[in-house]
Amino acid sequence: MKTKNIMIVGVGGQGSLLASKLLGKLLLQRGYDVKVSEVHGMSQRGGSVVTYVRYGEKVYSPIIDTGEADIIVSFELLEAARWTQYLRPDGTIVTNTQRINPMPVITGAAEYPSELVAKMETAGCRVDAFDALSLAKEAGSSKAVNLVLMGRLSRYFDFSEEEWQQAIEQSVPPKFLEMNRKAFALGAKS
Amino acid sequence: MKQLMLGNEAVARGLYEAGCAFVSSYPGTPSTEITECAAKYPEIYAEWAPNEKVAVEAAFGASMAGKRSFCGMKHVGLNVAADPLFTIAYTGVNAGMIIAVADDAGMHSSQNEQDSRNYAKAAKVPMLEPSDAAEGIAFTKLAYEISEQFDTPVLLKMCTRVAHSQSVVEPSERVELPQKPYEKNPMKYIMMPGYAKKRHPIVEARLNALAEYAATASCNRYERGTERKLGIITSSTCYQYVREICGREVSVLKLGMIWPLPDQLLKDFVSSVDRAVVVEELDGFVEDYCKTLGLQVEGKNLFSNIDELSQNKIAAGLGLPVPEGRALEEAIPARPPVMCAGCPHRGLYYTLKKLKLNVIGDIGCYTLGAVAPLNAVDSVICMGASVSGIHGFNKANEGKTDANTVAVIGDSTFMHSGMTGLVNIAYNDSHSTVIILDNSITGMTGHQQNPTTGYNLKGDPAAKVDLEALCHALGIRRVSVVDPYDLGQCERVIKEELAAPEASVIISRRPCALLKYVKHKAPLHVDAEKCVSCKACMRIGCPAISIVDSKAKVDSTQCTGCGVCRQLCKFDALREG
Repeated sequence: MKTKNIMIVGVGGQGSLLASKLLGKLLLQRGYDVKVSEVHGMSQRGGSVVTYVRYGEKVYSPIIDTGEADIIVSFELLEAARWTQYLRPDGTIVTNTQRINPMPVITGAAEYPSELVAKMETAGCRVDAFDALSLAKEAGSSKAVNLVLMGRLSRYFDFSEEEWQQAIEQSVPPKFLEMNRKAFALGAKS
Repeated sequence: MKQLMLGNEAVARGLYEAGCAFVSSYPGTPSTEITECAAKYPEIYAEWAPNEKVAVEAAFGASMAGKRSFCGMKHVGLNVAADPLFTIAYTGVNAGMIIAVADDAGMHSSQNEQDSRNYAKAAKVPMLEPSDAAEGIAFTKLAYEISEQFDTPVLLKMCTRVAHSQSVVEPSERVELPQKPYEKNPMKYIMMPGYAKKRHPIVEARLNALAEYAATASCNRYERGTERKLGIITSSTCYQYVREICGREVSVLKLGMIWPLPDQLLKDFVSSVDRAVVVEELDGFVEDYCKTLGLQVEGKNLFSNIDELSQNKIAAGLGLPVPEGRALEEAIPARPPVMCAGCPHRGLYYTLKKLKLNVIGDIGCYTLGAVAPLNAVDSVICMGASVSGIHGFNKANEGKTDANTVAVIGDSTFMHSGMTGLVNIAYNDSHSTVIILDNSITGMTGHQQNPTTGYNLKGDPAAKVDLEALCHALGIRRVSVVDPYDLGQCERVIKEELAAPEASVIISRRPCALLKYVKHKAPLHVDAEKCVSCKACMRIGCPAISIVDSKAKVDSTQCTGCGVCRQLCKFDALREG
């Protein structure tokens, strides 16, 4: 099989590392070769962050390059728009519609672009946009956006509910397990 | 059992399996997790040292005592540790010793993108370069064997993409090693001229022996292609990129040992293909070496020596098709890293900007004071350069800048290499003002303990440096403490200390807002009737505040209730609770 590429993008501090950890465990249990590439350090401080998850029979490069991503999972709308050139022609962007203003917008040096979903679609991207933040709050915490997104992402895979649940259990602290399960379910059914 | 492991975690696993007993490091992205993961093994003694030089010397001491030792750092850390490195290259080791150095091509979290392979050549020590987590374990174990077989410290070179990528590994058990006896040996361990002169020929002979070893070393792998049209010489993460884009028709010489290089293997490889290309990040290190052997190779004519490489960049250089994506026509505003909401540095930087001071900066989260809207920093060079730099700046200005210039340095950075600069200020009588930003943690690298926090790497209570007493002891009479959330106090004290006709230290003390034990106050909210949209609260660049429908708005999920913005609002529009 050809190596599959999932990019997880968002704003530092939104919890994309947990999402990539969860996906990595799931894919490894499925018997795939897996590579997950993270960025630590300065860019985590509220900056634009990107994580690469690649899987297949044999994976070489740990990173995803332009035109290669099968799916881009975005925690924030502007970040989805930032990385569209990484999407394959037949790829899909799964994005939270939440807006988080970057500093240039906060200071007035730039404007947050309008109609981003439509603009991405006009550019030829398939976009699956939804309000993950509200669902996360419904599950019990705005911090559960990552599991809501994983729930939505699960629609694009043929993994069983048990396989996802097992990976969730192995990735989140027991104290927050129930809330995260709920967030995942809300995302999957949304 | 197969599992996913971060490259850095894999190096720590390799240390564990190889019987390493002593680890001393200073944190630095992308190297930090090696030491953090090693510290989780009870069999390994692991510590944070105040800086990389101390860490290497401590690890050398442990090796001399007969236990396998390790020291990890980022690329610029090796500059700090270069002094001991170049001389332990002469003494050699007793038990095996590894120095891991993690380069940051692309400068994800660094101030330069130097190529550490040059250190292996300059210091005449071997360097291994893993290309994924599995090699992280294997090469760490191999490095100890080489270290003991050839009586040399061994450099283990990581890079961001190997250090911070997870890939599949199969861990094995630890081999417990007996402590090697230490025997007094002045000719080996005392590097004064008479003895060092006798060691230098040993170093050169060792390098020759290592080159012979490299010729047949299992970590250098010739992957013969089905055609002879193209052959690629590569290593580290570039090997993975090359394998991603080149099929089995291409021959690949994968170098696991990057110094010394295997002359005959390189010659045989180049002569076995019609076109030989070296694919390497940053400098043309292997390419230049091949050219000294008279070999016809290409490399930096195809690939830049700036920034990290990727599969597409390599494909483009080789003239292969490159997948293209669809960028939006619209400009997407950048999202640079920012100081967190509630960051204690913010209030202090606001004050420095308000007073229009020159700010000689340093390395840490507080480097972010350099970006808009605070724009409060004049220079950032390397760890400790603020304290030494302000002294030179003020001396050269013959006192004219004493009252409008400050140096800023974090608590961990001050421990690392700020103290000697402060001694220089006191000793050579400059009237400089140094501000220590004491947020009670090493912040940027992800919350590591340091000698000022009262805890060690394992989380146990430890001796805590008393910064006020330390500064007094170094010769500074005027030492004061401010709370950076209190803008009035900050401004008053900074003005006083700048005016004082002698050197001063101001300690701006408030723990990092992200520390778990720090209790946040209730988020503030905006009284829309009182807000006149003057945007005074926007001057501090807090990510929790924005203007919505021409009124200030506080994001309650981010706000920590620090109250700095409230002190800027003349209309009492920002309210507690």
